[in-house]
Amino acid sequence: MTATPIPHLAGSGWIVARDPRLRVGAALAFALITVGLDHPGSTAAALGLALGLALAAGLKTRDLARRLLALEGFMLILVLTLPFTTPGASWFELGSLSASTAGRDLALMILLKANAVVLALMALVGTLEPVALGQALGRLGVPDKLTHLLLMTIRQIHLIHAEFVRLRQAMRARAFVPRTDRHTWRAYGWLMGMLLVRSLARAERLMDAMRCRGFRGRLYRLDTPHWQPGDTLAALGLMTLLGALAWLDHGLGLPGV
Amino acid sequence: MAHIPEGVLTAPVLIGGGLASVGLLAVALRRLDYDHLPRAAVLSAALFVSSLISVPLGPTSVHLLLNGFMGLLLGWTAVPAILVALALQAAFFGFGGPLVLGVNTLNMALPALVCAWVLAPALGRVRPARRVWIGFAAGFLGVMLTGGLVAATLALSGEPFRPAAQVLLLTYPPLALVEGLVTATIVGFLQRVAPELLSTGARSHV
Repeated sequence: MTATPIPHLAGSGWIVARDPRLRVGAALAFALITVGLDHPGSTAAALGLALGLALAAGLKTRDLARRLLALEGFMLILVLTLPFTTPGASWFELGSLSASTAGRDLALMILLKANAVVLALMALVGTLEPVALGQALGRLGVPDKLTHLLLMTIRQIHLIHAEFVRLRQAMRARAFVPRTDRHTWRAYGWLMGMLLVRSLARAERLMDAMRCRGFRGRLYRLDTPHWQPGDTLAALGLMTLLGALAWLDHGLGLPGV
Repeated sequence: MAHIPEGVLTAPVLIGGGLASVGLLAVALRRLDYDHLPRAAVLSAALFVSSLISVPLGPTSVHLLLNGFMGLLLGWTAVPAILVALALQAAFFGFGGPLVLGVNTLNMALPALVCAWVLAPALGRVRPARRVWIGFAAGFLGVMLTGGLVAATLALSGEPFRPAAQVLLLTYPPLALVEGLVTATIVGFLQRVAPELLSTGARSHV
């Protein structure tokens, strides 16, 4: 359990100063190119590029490791099964099972791609304030109702999490220790029920307060984005790098290389 | 394990899932008016916070999905609420990614809608004491259907992925059981403390 519900990655430096719209777009472009790669060599280069971005964003290794670990459970199942289930030239034999080199490459590429995309996403988008992300998405053409919902949810998550911490502390004061038993599940069920009841009372108050301030079904975004020369430069630089990545991948596919 | 990482699925599966999610989202957003946004936001935030709680299960611990329960309470609004939660988890926790967001949303939102269509109307019909069972069914069904869909999307990505999908499928029943028990308790609690929540939930999206 972290102290804040949405952990904020403390980043620093040149990437963090870039326009939020550019960072969201860049993360998307990076994911598109990386997922489309066909060769382990170019995918490794993509992971290198993502690592470079993470370093440039000044992310701490500990934060990164924790986020990358989040996806390794799923990865473990794939990496352990894929070499044995993909047909192709034999890599090694394990009893009656035969692992193929094609399966090994497939598993390796999935591992590299997933980690590269998460790294780039953390460096470019994870370092944004959640509210800035919501506003950037709104400016990039995400429907108004959806950005409203996103922005309000982000705000409410903080408030409700504070309530949760209070309730959980009260349970701890009564010597509650979670275990695998009925008692724990019931206590947690009541905890979540209480969170819901209190937050709905909060929703009523929120709606009343918004009506008092003349809410007519629209919030106005108050951010004023500034597109700077550095942003154009960054966009061009990233486009060149991604283009090089795609070109490298294409080159690896040519016969005789 | 309900979040499929980036780079696993093939392009047709990603595009198909994305389009289906956009379709569901369009319907859900049209049905959602601005007046109900604060309520939807507060509920989705409460469920987001609840899903962060790690529930011990034997040697490990699990997080609840709560998508079945979301469907029960929110109806169609569960679709954008789930998308928002998944987008935040992708951006700030490293679960999933920007391109699989559509598939991941579909895998969690479809079971929520099934619960909204099948189980929510029953909330108004059964005797109040029996509502706990509907809660259990929503929790159990939400997780099992999500597990089935995750395995199916994986299997659709190619023959080599089938065994992994089967292994994954085996991990879901215990999760579904815990989720069912906790959801049943939540519903029982609401029944005693704020029964109007369950009855409005039963009426608002038929």
